[in-house]
Amino acid sequence: MRTQTEAPVVEPRHVQSDHAGMTLSGVAKAFGAVRALDGIDLEVRPRETVAVVGPSGCGKTTLLELVCGLLQPDGGVLHSAPAALMPQRDGLLPWLSALDNAGLALRVAGRSKAEAREAAREHFAAFGLEGFERTRPAELSGGMRQRVAFLRTLLAGRPVLCLDEPFGALDALTRAQLQRWLAGALVREPRTVLLVTHDVEEAVLLADRIVLLSPRPGRVVAELEVDLPRPRERTDPAVVELRERALNALGVV
Amino acid sequence: MLAAVIVLVILCGWEAIVQGEAVDELILPAPSAVATSLWEDRAILGPDLAVTGQEVLAGLLAAVALGAALGVGMHVSPAVRRALRPLVIGSQAVPVPVIAPLLILVLGFGLAPKILLVALVCFFPVAINLYDGLRRVDPDASKLLRSFDASRWQTFRLLEAPAALPAAFTGLKVAAAVSVIGAVFAEWAGSDSGLGHALLTANGQLETARAFAATFLLFALAVGLYGLFALLERRVVTWK
Repeated sequence: MRTQTEAPVVEPRHVQSDHAGMTLSGVAKAFGAVRALDGIDLEVRPRETVAVVGPSGCGKTTLLELVCGLLQPDGGVLHSAPAALMPQRDGLLPWLSALDNAGLALRVAGRSKAEAREAAREHFAAFGLEGFERTRPAELSGGMRQRVAFLRTLLAGRPVLCLDEPFGALDALTRAQLQRWLAGALVREPRTVLLVTHDVEEAVLLADRIVLLSPRPGRVVAELEVDLPRPRERTDPAVVELRERALNALGVV
Repeated sequence: MLAAVIVLVILCGWEAIVQGEAVDELILPAPSAVATSLWEDRAILGPDLAVTGQEVLAGLLAAVALGAALGVGMHVSPAVRRALRPLVIGSQAVPVPVIAPLLILVLGFGLAPKILLVALVCFFPVAINLYDGLRRVDPDASKLLRSFDASRWQTFRLLEAPAALPAAFTGLKVAAAVSVIGAVFAEWAGSDSGLGHALLTANGQLETARAFAATFLLFALAVGLYGLFALLERRVVTWK
């Protein structure tokens, strides 16, 4: 869907564009008197992974909801290809099996239960979920739940993935495993990814570029290119150095 | 198991008190006398149980239909919610013993006023619990479905309805427990059959044991219906 009629730039807009990236210029969002985002400028190229890092409460989640079209900006222009959201807590439906949860977007898109299951089943082995097709979320480990949630986001078939602190609730060991796994999954299924995280190291390990946000109202304070070969190791001096630079820019160190 | 032990202890104590002639058997019959009456008066109590059971079942069915329609209606339409919520809540302020004779006057001595009264007592817990359950969905799941561009109907079918099932069963179980109250009051207001009627006549004839036997059957009816819904819940809500 292309909406290219020229409206004044100050008009708040959310436009779905055909190319697989996104452009935000001067995007602002307030909730009553609370200004969550204040003039965000951001360009994400197709198939690029951009990590958005910032202190808690800086409007990171709001940014994702704007990109996914769940919220409308108060000001500025937002062009984005259709985006699928992976919410902070997995949002899995407790009454559905892992397979049905993974295929949820396809059900919503009007495909039959059998078709949705078939499409999800094809990925279960690659996602390390084989044998858990019929398991309900409550009986899955935290790491497995996140993998089901990620597969569900992927199967929505949208060019942009919005991941909201996907590993925030996991223990350190599982988080490290899943970060490695996500890096691999994105090599197999390349997408444009907007990854919100408060973990600077995670951003350095996974992203092509890191965008640092200020405390509320959030605005972009710095951008760091992560020009490192993959797979990346957290002990690699270049990773460590970049992490320190990012923390520095955030004013933490 | 523990419940059975407690009941047994109470029954033994009760039997001992009556056997020891601490109270008049006209006021408090021994459990053994109630059991005897249950058996010997089965030709009277059996048909009464069938009548009351019928009233309660039909009333519950009507309450579920009405309660579900109201719960869903108030959830999906703010206009329905604004228009009906005061009436729904107000309906529970009407004392059943007051409204029962009026219903008998209008609807006669047949089954209709009994079903209506049972439904009046039971639709409220069904409607309110369902309404609350429909609203109590995981906000993340709700965002997710919106990001998939789910229609109103898809959101209802895939998210809200299943999420509301546990609460809906709570409503059903409460309704089952109070349903017999509605039936008894309706029978007291005007009836020639049913356990409520049997209770009245037995009292009038100083057949205290039979009155207790009728009460026991009412108790068993409520517990049985509750158990039925609890069983159904375990079959349907398998993810808890």
